[in-house]
Amino acid sequence: MNPKTIKWIIFVIVLSAIVLSVYFVSLDRGSFRDGVFVTTAAFLTLFIMSFLYKDNPYYKFAEHLFVGVSAAYWMTMGFWGTMVPNLVAKLWPGSVRGVLPALADKDPSLWFLIPLFLGIVLLMRLSPKGGWISRWALAFIVGTTAGLNLIRYLRSDFIQQVNNTILPLVDKTEAGISFWGSFSNIFIFVGVLCGLVYFFFSKEHKGFFGGAARIGILVLMLTFGAGFGYTVMARISLLAGRMTYLFGDWLGLIK
Amino acid sequence: MKDCLFQMRLKLLPLAILLLLAAPVFAQVPDQSGEASLEADTLQEEPQIPPPAPPEIVEIKDSDNDHGHSIDLEWELSPDDDGTGNYVTGYEIWRGEMVDGKIEFKLRRTVPYGVKIYTDRGDAAGGVDPLPNGKDYWYKIAAVADEDAKTESEVYGPVQATGEWFHTGKTPVAVAVLIFASFSVAFVIVAGGHIDMKQFFIMWPIIFVLIIWLVLLIRLAAGASVNALWFLYAIPGAIAGSLGLAVSIGAIGFLVGWFVWRTKGEETKLYVRPLSGINAVDEAIGRATEMGKPILYVLGLGTASDIATICSFTILGRVARRVADHQSSLMVPCYDPIVMTVAQEVVKNSYAEAGRPDAYDEDQVFFVTQSQFAYVAAVNGMMLRELPASNFYLGIFYAESLLLAETGSLAGSIQIAGTDQVAQLPFFIVACDYTLIGEELYAASAYLSGEPTLLGSLKAEDWGKAIFIVLVIVGVIAATVGWDQFIEAMTVRL
Repeated sequence: MNPKTIKWIIFVIVLSAIVLSVYFVSLDRGSFRDGVFVTTAAFLTLFIMSFLYKDNPYYKFAEHLFVGVSAAYWMTMGFWGTMVPNLVAKLWPGSVRGVLPALADKDPSLWFLIPLFLGIVLLMRLSPKGGWISRWALAFIVGTTAGLNLIRYLRSDFIQQVNNTILPLVDKTEAGISFWGSFSNIFIFVGVLCGLVYFFFSKEHKGFFGGAARIGILVLMLTFGAGFGYTVMARISLLAGRMTYLFGDWLGLIK
Repeated sequence: MKDCLFQMRLKLLPLAILLLLAAPVFAQVPDQSGEASLEADTLQEEPQIPPPAPPEIVEIKDSDNDHGHSIDLEWELSPDDDGTGNYVTGYEIWRGEMVDGKIEFKLRRTVPYGVKIYTDRGDAAGGVDPLPNGKDYWYKIAAVADEDAKTESEVYGPVQATGEWFHTGKTPVAVAVLIFASFSVAFVIVAGGHIDMKQFFIMWPIIFVLIIWLVLLIRLAAGASVNALWFLYAIPGAIAGSLGLAVSIGAIGFLVGWFVWRTKGEETKLYVRPLSGINAVDEAIGRATEMGKPILYVLGLGTASDIATICSFTILGRVARRVADHQSSLMVPCYDPIVMTVAQEVVKNSYAEAGRPDAYDEDQVFFVTQSQFAYVAAVNGMMLRELPASNFYLGIFYAESLLLAETGSLAGSIQIAGTDQVAQLPFFIVACDYTLIGEELYAASAYLSGEPTLLGSLKAEDWGKAIFIVLVIVGVIAATVGWDQFIEAMTVRL
């Protein structure tokens, strides 16, 4: 695109932003500053949405702004939300008196020298010669947390699932045997078993085993179909939220 | 005479005035004593509440299945506690500590009438009410009818708070972990080519007992009481009958296992059924090479400790190896800095294995941002600008799954996805060419790497599923016929 054209486009955008901000104020919905913020957010929304047409300079601008701001934001959050309270305050409580007074009077915990050491080791990868040392910290992080996750997964994805699948095939109620209750329980029982058979990797899916696996994948696809519809509806509500912002909060067309 | 009388009156006048002024002062004395006696009369007249019968302490012990700093109290209600609160209004719980050879009690809490259990949880250390582990405490409980009418129980103690290493309520999880761990170890040995499947069935129970034995030893070394271990030696105990025999079996089993391992050297291949998504990996890389376009590999939003991300690292290693072989280019935008660090190591190793360490460019694997949608915006932009020939989405994904896959589809890339996030799988299935569903992602990493550890784990997972099926079938029969004990045994208490 011609640089002159880009300059004109930027000029028009800034001008329209100012006009719309004034319009925002004229609707008596806030100060001029509020108007500038709301209008800027609305323009950035439109820039991102312009991606639906094709990649363009506005999208690029919004993308780079978004990435840059978010990266800086999360770095700051990481420092003040993790490093300071979880490391600095644990090792040198007095040093955080100005920012986290509640933690300043606690006793220092020398256990936190271990994560400090691992953190320093992790940064060794910046050194061309000592980069290999960082693998030790990585191995510790990955190994420890994967081991802890094993227990969590076994509890939630194995034992708890067994519990939840243990249902009586004949659903007895006070009024007698419930047909649909029994049907539902049998469907869950058969569906879970066939679904599990599909995920056997060390046995060929042939014969009876193959038939069960086929039923299993059918059950999975039914589940995914239901999940798809459910999630799409949730996304529609997100879109509705953005439209409400544009036409309500910004332009004031929706009351 | 009159004058004399008048003079006397004059002399007596000051005395009379003095007496007159002092009269109220003297008058106070009989008045005060009168009031006091009146109050005494009133007290005697009001019926005084007699102290209630004391409660009887049943048990005070360390709380089970915790890290300590907690003591459970249980008592029998005072016989005068009729549950209405008309007479006994509550119970005072007093905790005592030894100070200079004498027990000093402090009031911990007052609980209402009818309550007969209480858990004393002090601060772990350094707080206003510390309850450190391993310290002696004494307790007494007083039934309260009125401020002046309370009766204390006998002093109970000493009691100590202690932490437990094992949560007995999670026994099913412990058993599942032990079975899975022993299966994994045994299958890793099989996949390593040291033994065959028949020998595996000899090895497995031995390894199972060995692992239990090891855990037991660690626990005993840590000073556990045997009572806390019932669930651990219950399993080998069922085979051996006693701890000593379990240890003996463990030792003999180790020798047998070592012997089998040393004597057999035949290679045993574990079968893994073909997965279309895995077979398409080479096709996707070849396509990128032919088109002269890069390959985009997205590791998702997971951390380096998530199982799906770890599997994705393995597949990334394979992809990077083939990319190095074909001299194509690779782009790996990362959401998490630790993931980026690991991914850089993986790609670097793959280039080195391919004999092309010089071709490795550290900027192939780069950090974008830790904001979900900013990351998506950046990756989507890359897709439309770089037009990668093949896109891989393998790892943990959330709401960005469809945004990425749809953009990749618009860009005309061949797409292979895989995640264990059930809610996102439908989006990958509709927008990608191949999708690895849940555990297929784990299988893919094992299949592609061919490492005995991963293949052995995969086989162990299959056995885990077989056990799951058996448990579900037995459980459903139990639920249908009303065998509640089985369902109770499977319940995890947190």
